[in-house]
Amino acid sequence: MEHRDALEHLLFRMADDALIYGHRNSEWTGIAPLLEEDIAFSSIAQDKIGHALALYTLLGDLGHPDPDTLAFTREERQFRCCHLVELPTQDYAIALMRHALFDYAERHRYRLLEQSSYAPLAALAQKVRGEIKYHTFHASTWLRLLGRDGSDESRARMQAALDLLLPYALGIFEPSPFEDELRSSGIFPGEEQLREQWLTEIIPLLEDAGYRIPPLDSIEPCYGGRSGYHTEHLQPLLDEMTAVYRIDPNAEW
Amino acid sequence: MSRTVTLRSLDPRIDRLGIPQEQSPFEGVPEGTHLETYEVFHQAKRGARHIHVGSIHAPNPELAMVFAKEQFARRSECVNLWVVRSSEVITFSPEDADLFETTPEKSYRDASGYKVMQKILSWKQRLQQEQTRQSTGNQ
Repeated sequence: MEHRDALEHLLFRMADDALIYGHRNSEWTGIAPLLEEDIAFSSIAQDKIGHALALYTLLGDLGHPDPDTLAFTREERQFRCCHLVELPTQDYAIALMRHALFDYAERHRYRLLEQSSYAPLAALAQKVRGEIKYHTFHASTWLRLLGRDGSDESRARMQAALDLLLPYALGIFEPSPFEDELRSSGIFPGEEQLREQWLTEIIPLLEDAGYRIPPLDSIEPCYGGRSGYHTEHLQPLLDEMTAVYRIDPNAEW
Repeated sequence: MSRTVTLRSLDPRIDRLGIPQEQSPFEGVPEGTHLETYEVFHQAKRGARHIHVGSIHAPNPELAMVFAKEQFARRSECVNLWVVRSSEVITFSPEDADLFETTPEKSYRDASGYKVMQKILSWKQRLQQEQTRQSTGNQ
């Protein structure tokens, strides 16, 4: 198959983002601030694990092992997720701000992929459109409620989360060695275009929700995740996530 | 005499999130900070009526929609939801339940007493026979 390496790189970074982000968000199950919000956030986390499953399945179709093997047996260095999704979230403000920054990027990524020349990926992008629309609706509602419509404390905590997370969020768009190939083959228009589209939507949205945007030119994006260099938070997450699987990798579920 | 026992959680999330083991006693929710309740109405198919399915707490109408979707449209078929502030539902007072007390005795108001149903049925039958005759004639 043509452009195989480029396509696989794209699929791995998307799948690993979805898996690690979904796992991180599931850490709030049972302890989110409100009962109803607990269920909503857990459900969104579950959707993300579903996206990871769909993407690993596409990799399986290209000759890779089954999704469980891909999710639970790879070394930390083999993961292609960005640093943003690895961060632990001690404060729900951080969880919500990351949710907004990441899911608006997801929305634009899948929108662009609806036109992908790789038909299975285009079909998946169309399938998850409604889910991601809901995820961004959830995120933007909380942004406004805790920002413009919130208290001094909620605004301050959300602003601190934004200041902390922006360099990581810009790291989502770390260019891959395959940008030209992905673009010219029509598989994906590339991280640069995605970043521009994301900025065009997320910046006015954040400003309208009552937040200050630090000068973007002065921010150094957190790169490395896409080539397997991760924060110190990923390995402990993988240890915990794979603990049950490692007891008996051949168990039938 | 009761003894105080401190339970250490086995849940890894408790440590992960740095939740204090010793919780200060719950002092109640300050006046005016309760979330509002919303009544949720679920529509299973386009054109079907919305059916009341329960209520939820939410800080504002938008999140009421989000939470309603999760509580009541996560697993069953759904095309739309209504949420209505519980405080905006106009209702009889429970003390006025006696207004309805004699209702079961008013069977004379039941539509079953009317003879018109027979007329409708026989008309439908005639119509059907006529249609059958016509379609046989066309063949």
